[in-house]
Amino acid sequence: MGKDLIQKSLKDSLFTGIIALALFGPIVGLRTVAKNEVLVVEPKWFIVLLIVAFCAVGRFFINIYSYKKEQRRGEPSSLGKAISNFLDEKGSQIAIAAIAFSIIFPFMPFADRYWMDIAIMMMTYIMLGWGLNIVIGLAGLLDLGYVAFYAVGAYSYALFAIHFGWSFWICLPIAGVFAGMFGILLGFPVLRLRGDYLAIVTLAFGEMIRILLLNWYELTKGPDGLTGIPRPSFFGLPFKRYPDEGVETFHTFFGLEYDPMQRIIFLYYLILILALITNAFTIKIRRLPVGRAWEALREDEIACKSLGVNPRNTKLTAFAIGAMFGGFAGSFFATRQAFISPESFTFIESAIIVAIVVLGGMGSQTGVVLSTIFLIGLIEVFRDFESYRMVAFGGAMVLIMIFRPRGILAKRKPTIIMGKQG
Amino acid sequence: MEYFLQQLINGVTLGSVYGLIAIGYTMVYGIIGMINFAHGDIFMVGAFVALISFILFALTGISLPIVLILVLLIAMVFTACYGWTVEKLAYKPLRKSFRLAPLISALGMSIVLQNYVQAAQGARIKTLQPVIQGGFNFFKKSEFVVTLSYLQIFIVLVTIVLMAIFTLLITRTALGRAQRACEQDRTMTALMGINVDRTISTTFIIGSSLASVAGVMFVMYYGVIDFYIGFLAGIKAFTAAVLGGIGSIPGAMLGGLLIGLIETFWSGYISIEYKDIAAFTTLVIVLIFFPTGFLGKPDIEKV
Repeated sequence: MGKDLIQKSLKDSLFTGIIALALFGPIVGLRTVAKNEVLVVEPKWFIVLLIVAFCAVGRFFINIYSYKKEQRRGEPSSLGKAISNFLDEKGSQIAIAAIAFSIIFPFMPFADRYWMDIAIMMMTYIMLGWGLNIVIGLAGLLDLGYVAFYAVGAYSYALFAIHFGWSFWICLPIAGVFAGMFGILLGFPVLRLRGDYLAIVTLAFGEMIRILLLNWYELTKGPDGLTGIPRPSFFGLPFKRYPDEGVETFHTFFGLEYDPMQRIIFLYYLILILALITNAFTIKIRRLPVGRAWEALREDEIACKSLGVNPRNTKLTAFAIGAMFGGFAGSFFATRQAFISPESFTFIESAIIVAIVVLGGMGSQTGVVLSTIFLIGLIEVFRDFESYRMVAFGGAMVLIMIFRPRGILAKRKPTIIMGKQG
Repeated sequence: MEYFLQQLINGVTLGSVYGLIAIGYTMVYGIIGMINFAHGDIFMVGAFVALISFILFALTGISLPIVLILVLLIAMVFTACYGWTVEKLAYKPLRKSFRLAPLISALGMSIVLQNYVQAAQGARIKTLQPVIQGGFNFFKKSEFVVTLSYLQIFIVLVTIVLMAIFTLLITRTALGRAQRACEQDRTMTALMGINVDRTISTTFIIGSSLASVAGVMFVMYYGVIDFYIGFLAGIKAFTAAVLGGIGSIPGAMLGGLLIGLIETFWSGYISIEYKDIAAFTTLVIVLIFFPTGFLGKPDIEKV
C-alpha cells in the first residue's frame, strides 16, 4: 500500500514537473531583452530548474500529506471560524477599542510622517471598502468598476474647487452627489443583468471613464492631470506657513508653532470621520426596509420579485449610495494629493477594492478593516518588488476563493431574524 | 470608396483575431457557465511565446513557411498548458461554489498572469521585426492606394482553416459530442459514462490554443506587445462572444468580425482616441437590448 502510494506520487510529481517546465520554460527561462534596439533572448535556465524542482517536490509532499489526511479524516478546524465567533461575541468592545486606537493614533510616539501617510491611505481604502461593501456585500452586485465613481468624485471635487474656488465642505457633498448620479446613470440600464454580465459591464464602464478622462483634454488636462487642487482648511483656517496678508491660519489662531504635521493630522481625522460616517450609515441602513431588501435580493432574486420587491429600484439605491461614498472618498483623495491624473484610477485599483471586500468576507464591516490592513500592508511591505507583490496579491484572491469562498469573516446571517427574541 | 475598402480589409483581419479569442470565452461559458476572465491573459501569454519563438527561429535560418507552422504549433502547445493549469488550479475547485466565486478567482488569475509575465519578461514593450512583408496594391491610379498585405491574407486564411477544423471537431467527433452533451446537462452526461472533468479540461485546452493562434497573429500584425495587451483584447473578445450570442460558436466568429469592423470603422471615420469606447459601448448596448446576441439561445430562469 505504502509503496504503491509512493510510486503513484512519484509519477504524479514527474508529470507536475513536466507541466511546470512547459509553463515556466519559455516565459521565465527565455527572457527577451532589447540589445541595440533588437530583441535577443537571454536564457535563465537555473531559475526555471529551481521552480520546476520546487513544483515537483511540492506536489510529491502534497500527495503524501493529503493521503494521510484522508486516512484521519477529522473535522477541519477553521481559524477563520474561530476569529469570526470571537468577533461576534466581543464585537462591540473590539470596535470601540479600534476606534479609540485610531483616534489617539496620531499622537503615538512612533506616528511620524511615514506612518501617518500609510494610515491615511489605509483609511481611504477602508472607506472605499465600506462603500463597495454596500454594493457587493449587502446587495450582492459585483461591481468591477468602482474606481470610476472614485474618479468622478475626485475630478468633480477638483474641477469645482479649482474653477469656482469653493471650499472643501461645499465641494464634498457636490462630488458625492455627482458620483451618485453617475451610479444611477450607469445602474439604470445595466442592473437587470445577471451577476457576471454586470461585473463585465461595470468593468467596461470604469475603463470608459478613464479613457474619457484621458482624452477630454479641455476639461481634465488628459494625462497631465489636474494640479493645484486647493487644500482643505480647518473651518476656514488654512494650513500655511506664510499666509497671505491679513489671513489667519490654523497655527496663528491657536497660537501654535507651524508644523507641516498639523495638516497631515487634520487630513487623518478627516478621512477617519468620513470612514466612520460610511460605517455608521451602513450599520443603520441594514436595519431599514431598503437594507433588508438588499440582503433579501442578494439571497434570492426571484423570491423577492414574487414578494413585491422591485429589484431594479432596490439595486439602484445600493448602487447609487455605494457610488456616493466612492465619490466622497475620491474628493478626499483629490484634496490630499493636490494632484490627480487618470493614472490613479486604473482597473487594478478597482480590483484591490473588490479584493478587500471579498477577502474580508462580503458584508462584514470588520472584515473590511482586517483585510485592508492585511492587503495594503502586504503591498506596502513589498513596495520594492512591484510585480511580484501583485502576483502574490492575485494568488491570494484565488486561494481565498478556493479555501474560504465567503471571505475571512463571512457574515451571511441576516441582520434581522423573524421570531427570534433578544 | 478606396478608404472604405481599406478599412474593411483591416476590420476583417482584426475581426479574425477577436473571433479566435471569443471562441474560448464562448466555449467555456457554454460548458461551465462562467466568464473566464483570465482568457485575455492566456492570449497574451500566447503572443509572448510566439515572440520568443520567432526570435529563436530567426537565428536558425529555417525557411519562412516552416517557421510559421512551427511557431503556431509551439504557441498552441505551451499556451494550452497555461489554459489547462489555470482551469485545474483556479476553477475546478470552485465548480460547486457560489456564483461569483469563479469570476473573482478568474480575476485573481488574470492579475497573476499579467504580473508574472511582467516580472519574467520585463515591463517594456517588445517589438518584433516584420515576419511577412509585402502585399497587393489596388487602385494604384487613385489618391488612396488600398493595400492587402500577405500578412492579412495569411491571418484570414489561418482563421478560416482553424474554424473549419474546429467545426468538424465539434460536430463530427466523439469529443465534440461529449462537449455538447456537457453543455446541456453535466450530471446526465456523467451518468452516460463520459468523463466530464476531462471534457472540461479539453475545452480549456482548445480554447487556449485558439487564443494562442490569435496571439501569434497579433504579434505579427502589430509587431508590438506588452504584458497588458490581454486586458483590452480580452474585453473586446468577450464583447464579440456576447454579440454573437454567448455559448454559440459560429456566433463567436461572427461577433468577432463585427467587433473588428466596428472598431476599425470607428477609428477610421470617427475618432481614434475613443476607439476602445466603441467596443465598450457596443458591449453595453448589446447586453441591454439583445442579451442573447445574434445566434444565442434565450436564457430561461428556472426556480
